[in-house]
Amino acid sequence: MCGIAGLIYRDGARNIGGEMTAMLQALKHRGPDSTGFAVYGEPGPNEYILRFKVAEQEDLGRGTKIRRAIAERKAAVDGLLEELGVTVLDLDGPTEYASRYRIAYDGDMKDLADQMEEIEGTEILSIGNALELIKDLGDAADVSGAYDLGVFRGTHGIGHTRMATESDVDIRSAHPYWAYPYNDIAVVHNGQITNYWLMRRQLERSGQRFVSNCDSELLAVYTAVNLEKGMTLEDSLERSIHEIDGVFTYLITTRNELGMAKDTMAAKPMVLYEADDMVALASEEVAIRAIIPHEIDTTDPYDEEIRVWQA
Amino acid sequence: MAGVSDSVSAQMGMHTEPLTGRDIKTKFTLQNEGGFAYHFARDVDFNRRAEIDCAELEPSEINRKIRELMDSGHGSIVLRNPGAKHSLIVGILNRMNFIVEGSLGYFGCGLLDGPTVRISGRVGWSFGENMMAGVCLVEKNAGSTFGAALRGGDLVCKGSVGSRTGIDQKGGTIIVGGDTGAFSGFMMQRGRIVVCGNAGKNLGDSMYDGTIYIGGEIQDLGVDAVPAALTDLDRAWLTRKLTMYELLPGKGVDHFTKIVAGKQLWSYDNLEPSEKKLVL
Repeated sequence: MCGIAGLIYRDGARNIGGEMTAMLQALKHRGPDSTGFAVYGEPGPNEYILRFKVAEQEDLGRGTKIRRAIAERKAAVDGLLEELGVTVLDLDGPTEYASRYRIAYDGDMKDLADQMEEIEGTEILSIGNALELIKDLGDAADVSGAYDLGVFRGTHGIGHTRMATESDVDIRSAHPYWAYPYNDIAVVHNGQITNYWLMRRQLERSGQRFVSNCDSELLAVYTAVNLEKGMTLEDSLERSIHEIDGVFTYLITTRNELGMAKDTMAAKPMVLYEADDMVALASEEVAIRAIIPHEIDTTDPYDEEIRVWQA
Repeated sequence: MAGVSDSVSAQMGMHTEPLTGRDIKTKFTLQNEGGFAYHFARDVDFNRRAEIDCAELEPSEINRKIRELMDSGHGSIVLRNPGAKHSLIVGILNRMNFIVEGSLGYFGCGLLDGPTVRISGRVGWSFGENMMAGVCLVEKNAGSTFGAALRGGDLVCKGSVGSRTGIDQKGGTIIVGGDTGAFSGFMMQRGRIVVCGNAGKNLGDSMYDGTIYIGGEIQDLGVDAVPAALTDLDRAWLTRKLTMYELLPGKGVDHFTKIVAGKQLWSYDNLEPSEKKLVL
């Protein structure tokens, strides 16, 4: 089933981490397996936030060797960054297996990502000036607490509560997906993409990489390819409705935009609240009410509807 | 009128019993007014009013409180701070008055038989699903599958509704003050849908019977749905219903487009009108 939510402030940064946590916690019943956030903070000049993991949460229960492996993998990442001339401004390890580095780097970001992911067990969750992508097993309160997200200030964000149906219960298959190798682009999705393997094979033949078997990852890669070709986010969303088969509603964020697309059947839910100071979307209105308790006017976007809002 | 037992369809073995009631346990006839209430229905007083503050309660607790108040004879119940919670006011087989001060989530007011419900906010997906009798009035918008499998009563949304409105509708009336989305009236079998605004694509797709009235633009019609002539009877009925719910357009109802099923069903269209309801 899965639950998705998005929030964008039109009047500057606020406590996006806390409000997204409240929205996703209200959607816990739609997907208790994992929770993920893609939130956009206030970017520093020439700085990137690099979030990556070197193991899965479930690996920790498999003996003592994994802890040694985690230490070795982290050391390998540090060595690679030094070799590539990446300046690590500060670093944080919210969990044993996941890290957050604030870096300065003017080289090829795709090359950096590719070389990092060659290290065993290492997967980049996100790279961005403003984007921070956090996902882990558990409900929104658990994940937000573990990653200290409750006080995160930012302009917009999307999130996902996952009920695993077609791939594993692990961080790799959790949403959001970062649109490798593009900075600051992330996707969450509710639905099933029925021409997933066909489109995935086409994209892989053109050199794109997939890290999971989750159909939602296709949307991130697909959007990244479209943006690389020079399309606007609106164009990519519009095109996806006709090129991607299945039933889906998805949200996508860039550094200063939040977009939404709904399939031709309008088979997956989305409730929209638009105000002068903010826009909130969620699979269920109860998530919006978690941050706006007073009476508001909400609508359901129709089939084939796409929308883009600016931060 | 030919009796059921000697009809052509009965000879074909399509039905062998007379229509006896709304379920196998509760039988009623038009002559037996008392039979319109279930034998287990609570004896409530509409002048006895109670309020439930839903803010800190789970849906199951709210529904349990509703039944406790009905057991104690309350005929009018107000829900405050419903917070778009799901599955509230469901399975009420009683004449009752409900006032919801706020919005409901998914599956609100499902499986009703008898109550009158007024909602000041909006409602989520599958509102009024399978309602058998009563009136539900929503002041703002509604989600998709509004009135799915509706069997009777009036389901009214003064705002706009989502997609698949009245899917599998088997009776009753759905009235929408604004627009409706794609696939409205999909596989509709009986009853009426009235939309004052526009309708999305595939309106009335695969409908067997029933009537759809659209006041605005129709994006396109689905398979089997065809336009029909608006009769004086239609105009009178539309005027009466829309006036009841304060939705009558200033220019009247002459501009409404009437949509009906255009497909001949071999086993259905050969029946006498009085027998059709037995099949559906």
